[in-house]
Amino acid sequence: MDWMQILAAGVLATIGPVTAGYALSAIGLNLQFGYAGLLNFGHVASMLVGAYGTAMTVEFGGPLWLGLIVGIVAAVLLGLLLGLPTLRLRADYFAITSIAAAEVLRLVVRSSWAQPLTGGVFGLQGFGGDFHALNPFPTSELYGFGQFVVTGRALWVILVGWALVLLATLFIARLINSPWGRVLKAIREDEDATRSLGRNVFAYKLQALMIGGAIAGLAGILFALEQQSIHPDAFQPRITFLLFVMVILGGAGSIWGAVLGAAVFGFLFYATDALMARLQANVDFIGAIFSPAEAGLIKYILVGVALMLLMAFRPQGLLRSRDQGRADGS
Amino acid sequence: MGPELEIAHQPGVAKPDPVLTIDGMQRAFGGLMAVNVDHLEIQRNTITSIIGPNGAGKTTLFNLLTGFDSPDQGQFSLDGELLVGIPAHQVAQRGMVRTFQLTKVLPRLTVLENMLVAAKAQPGATFRGAVVGGWQGAERQNEEQARDILQQFGLTAMADEYAGRLSGGQRKLLEMARALMVRPTVVMLDEPTAGVNPVLIQSLLEHVKGLKASGMTVLFVEHDMDVVQSISDWVVVVGEGEVIAEGPPGAIARNPAVIEAYLGKHRAEDVE
Repeated sequence: MDWMQILAAGVLATIGPVTAGYALSAIGLNLQFGYAGLLNFGHVASMLVGAYGTAMTVEFGGPLWLGLIVGIVAAVLLGLLLGLPTLRLRADYFAITSIAAAEVLRLVVRSSWAQPLTGGVFGLQGFGGDFHALNPFPTSELYGFGQFVVTGRALWVILVGWALVLLATLFIARLINSPWGRVLKAIREDEDATRSLGRNVFAYKLQALMIGGAIAGLAGILFALEQQSIHPDAFQPRITFLLFVMVILGGAGSIWGAVLGAAVFGFLFYATDALMARLQANVDFIGAIFSPAEAGLIKYILVGVALMLLMAFRPQGLLRSRDQGRADGS
Repeated sequence: MGPELEIAHQPGVAKPDPVLTIDGMQRAFGGLMAVNVDHLEIQRNTITSIIGPNGAGKTTLFNLLTGFDSPDQGQFSLDGELLVGIPAHQVAQRGMVRTFQLTKVLPRLTVLENMLVAAKAQPGATFRGAVVGGWQGAERQNEEQARDILQQFGLTAMADEYAGRLSGGQRKLLEMARALMVRPTVVMLDEPTAGVNPVLIQSLLEHVKGLKASGMTVLFVEHDMDVVQSISDWVVVVGEGEVIAEGPPGAIARNPAVIEAYLGKHRAEDVE
């Protein structure tokens, strides 16, 4: 069996544009959940709005730069619209409302009467031409060494994606290390105490929802541009929960945690996928038990077990200090 | 208020220099009238305790005064400024800050960070300020102020520990110290000695006296009558939501209405 191939599959997926997109979205969720303590179960809606904002603008003849602005502004507005009526609710009610809002939005986008605008269930295609036209690398050229190679097309998206991840992380670091970020953490710890000290808790939570939404919107745009095609069913609630797994895995409330969580998750997911595919094809008794499709599903079990082990031995996440973990208890 | 102020010992009596004035304030929960205060004035720069049996409406009154709850009717003013309908954070910004019966420290923030969250003058606490930067000067001044206050409260050694690791008594101290970062005129303490060991109670009370000495008005809810007797300048007794008596601590202990409220009507007659 070729272990190098399995490793390469994992590594390429980890540095790939999909992981970059997840990392970006996880950074936004980490601001909301890890720092402000908001249980936003509708985070995927911000990605949807960002992706459709850009795609629809370009589809209706707008330039790409305008599409980017529309996508991000739409994601910020979604945070505002979702937050204004719901942020005064208790945390668990907010969670329920947010997941419902995200589902309603997805169903509206895929409905037949929205089809002239959104393409309905068929989605939108071919709006990313301008983005790929900016690519300085020849698209079919291969970059890398050995089995670790990517095409010029992928390299362009990878570089843009991880540059955005870096910028977003630095931006969040600046915010979190400021007094503003300290108030946000205070809200996570105790809303009433923070309120009693003269801080407008509602305004801070709303800001966190809008900023986190903008970053997720950017992630949605990245996905859309990479795939040159979007359809509403790519934005199922499942995505939000995968993002929660990444944030918690990396360490909720740690600046690099969301990025690390996305990378580790991506590696585990795709490496186990490659591993199971090879085992199924090459090891007789495994091939006899599982069909190729079934072997593909085993990865979910293996990833689940790996996550459970991580949580059992490092419940505070990979990047949060033990000390801080201990302070929660009492 | 001097040791023996020359004002009548009766509910709703006018004080020479009230910092807080409550008028016709009512709050009902269903059929239960939790707070029904006709008129109450709190004299500036005193330690005034609010006492009353369980369920008398003391904490509800606190919540109404600090914007954590809104009255059905009535109004109150701080330094002549009407505060009704103003959210909790603005009440704090205007100089009336509270603590909680169940201590609320911010466990996964350090003791120093707990203090700095409350720092009043900090441009970096707004989103724009945080993005633009340039808040480090204010931060240094706030940190200096915070360390001074922590020193007074004997928490200097704990400054960089997570607040979640403090003992119960230290948490009470931190909560009080943190309230001072708001530079309040009125400090409202909701049962500051609840769950604190007797030795620490003494030092806690010294700090309460210290607040008065530095010019603040202290209003506190308390169950422990020894504590009330030892540090209050004035006592307000609440029963079934209404102010049933007020006066200096000595006089209150002999007031039949108070004994009745605490022990029930028949017992009160027995005592007489």
